[in-house]
Amino acid sequence: MKTLAVRALDLVQGRVDMSHGSGGRAMAQLIEELFTAELENEYLAQGNDGVLLPRPNGRLVMSTDSHVVSPLFFPGGDIGSLSVHGTINDVAVMGAKPLYLAAAFILEEGFALADLKRIVGSMARAAREAAVTIVTGDTKVVERGKGDGLFITTTGVGILPEGLTLGGDLARPGDKILLSGTLGDHGMAILSRREGLAFDAPIVSDSAALHDLIATMLTSDARIKTLRDPTRGGLAATLNEIARQSAVGMLLQEGKLPMNPTVEAACEFLGLDPLYVANEGKLVAICAAEDADRLLAAMRAHPLGRRSAIVGEVLEDAHGFVQMATKLGGRRIVDWLSGEQLPRIC
Amino acid sequence: MKYVDEFRDGRLASQLAASIAREADPSRSYRLMEFCGGHTHAISRHGLADLLPGNVRMIHGPGCPVCVLPIGRIDQAIRLALERQVLLCTYADTLRVPASGRLSLLKVKARGADVRMVYSIAEALGLAQRHPQRQVVFLAIGFETTTPPTAVAVKQARALKLKNFSVLCNHVLTPAAMHAILDTPSGTRLDGFVGPAHVSTVIGSRPYEPFARDYRKPVVIAGFEPLDVMQAILMLIRQINAGCARVENEFIRAVTPDGNRKAQALMDEVFELRDHFEWRGLGTIAHSALKPRPAYAAHDAEARFGLEYRPVSDSKACECGAILRGEKRPAQCGIFGTVCTPDNPIGSCMVSAEGACAAHYNYGRFREPSTGTHAPALEDSA
Ligand code: SF4
Repeated sequence: MKTLAVRALDLVQGRVDMSHGSGGRAMAQLIEELFTAELENEYLAQGNDGVLLPRPNGRLVMSTDSHVVSPLFFPGGDIGSLSVHGTINDVAVMGAKPLYLAAAFILEEGFALADLKRIVGSMARAAREAAVTIVTGDTKVVERGKGDGLFITTTGVGILPEGLTLGGDLARPGDKILLSGTLGDHGMAILSRREGLAFDAPIVSDSAALHDLIATMLTSDARIKTLRDPTRGGLAATLNEIARQSAVGMLLQEGKLPMNPTVEAACEFLGLDPLYVANEGKLVAICAAEDADRLLAAMRAHPLGRRSAIVGEVLEDAHGFVQMATKLGGRRIVDWLSGEQLPRIC
Repeated sequence: MKYVDEFRDGRLASQLAASIAREADPSRSYRLMEFCGGHTHAISRHGLADLLPGNVRMIHGPGCPVCVLPIGRIDQAIRLALERQVLLCTYADTLRVPASGRLSLLKVKARGADVRMVYSIAEALGLAQRHPQRQVVFLAIGFETTTPPTAVAVKQARALKLKNFSVLCNHVLTPAAMHAILDTPSGTRLDGFVGPAHVSTVIGSRPYEPFARDYRKPVVIAGFEPLDVMQAILMLIRQINAGCARVENEFIRAVTPDGNRKAQALMDEVFELRDHFEWRGLGTIAHSALKPRPAYAAHDAEARFGLEYRPVSDSKACECGAILRGEKRPAQCGIFGTVCTPDNPIGSCMVSAEGACAAHYNYGRFREPSTGTHAPALEDSA
């Protein structure tokens, strides 16, 4: 294709201006020199309003997620990698193999093109590592002060093999609850960056694509009922959702919850409960009790599941309470989060 | 980092629980009030009640700053934000306290008032420096723990000659509230107090002497960790069994008899006693709260904006008053968990995690017989 612009985009000093969203030549140049250059693939190259995809071999799973995290760059990732991982995970916990992503960008006038390039580059890398293709996208620009740098919405499509059904409504009393690793790393990484808190060991976001771990789990032959990634609202929100959908109660063991000690100390310091802090690379699995050990072994064998643990079980409970046996030896409810504890975490 | 776990060790807890069970006299009951909301939260969050015998009952006290703030005080802040267009800063919890006309600071924020959530008063001071054209008001709440930072900020504002920074001061005093509870003629029977941790690091243990001497109520100052609270309960039971009433200090790693003299001097320099102050639930109590001294009037929002105080009574259905005095339990309020929930609080005790109603709703409501659950014994689980 012939290059549109006479002068290349200034990707060092340049900034987004209103013309980059106008539908004119400047926008085409931004897409060509920045987005397409970073994300390059046969589908984007089609250059049409929509993308034509091959016929899938199985049922489709689709999910969408907007990302408004602040700050845009944080230890362990940035809004770009997060927007890829987040949507891949939403597709993957359905049991599907994620294949394609669509990405929509809302840019604020004045946003540095160098930052945009870095973020799109990080999306490209995250997608490549996950063997997922970003096949279509959109860009809009809003006036200065009407956005906060950059928001990204990604939509993912994956394929679910016949015969496999996972869902939040399938947990039954007696089932075991497994968690793939430590709690609260993402939320505390964001928060400590935002609050300028320094800890002995820096807290790093756990942002990661979980579909490979999930593929491993699915081949273990354990009867998995439910998979879900405990993002906003943390483990507490996820378990309460499942308890409600399945009309069951749950009992967690506080002593079994994997925790990174620095995250635990940071939570304590800020008066936060790690059960409510967001994760971006963890999953909860509910499976038949007899299969729990086998599933645990499969999870621990995967790099993203090394610290997996069986953390509780599903109970019969007409009230649908999620309870926790505390380390102290008492018991408490683990309720939904009320109000907004940590805005703009993902 | 072992720090957190060290104070929550299940083995130590069960040893303490065994001592409490052994020493508590089965022929009597023990009604102990934890004054401080921090303790209420720790007790609920760690399920401490499950480790106590049936005749040892913890009664939640009024030491939750958000809970004791009366409607009239939040109304003042709302008037400043709406009518005087100030930039109003406060802590997250305060945003959701119900005020008159079904408003709260959170709701007026959504209507366009400039209300900001801050983590510290220093942030509010910074906002005032960055926005010299705006009046910045910090809604200050809390007991003796949060008062010294307010004093520091007010002094700084004066040193910087800031003309746009003031404090809507609602700092209240712990001993005054304890007196009020013990002086309520119809009050509930209390056999002793678990004294606050952080407050006592500031005021020391001496201000509790009158409760032991004059009211014959033992006081044990305890740290914030659940094991601290259990140790304090054991110490209280021992005093009660021996028929004595002393001030003891479980939190020796931080509390001295005299407290933090420097912080006290600072508070005294900036603040003076109010003649009286209305508390939610406890009524109007003489000499129970602080306000900036006249020398600091420029940084006193009440003086600067000529704010008057208009008392407003609580919702009729709300039992926060009785709960703050330890006379009722949250579940005894007719609208607990139905109309009043943490997502839609009617009374202030449902707002902060330290509030008795919120703590019970968030952590303990499975224990109420009316909500009976089918959870198995602890041993059966994963
Ligand atoms: S449940 Fe709500 S209304 Fe009732 S006492 Fe508690 S806070 Fe007040």
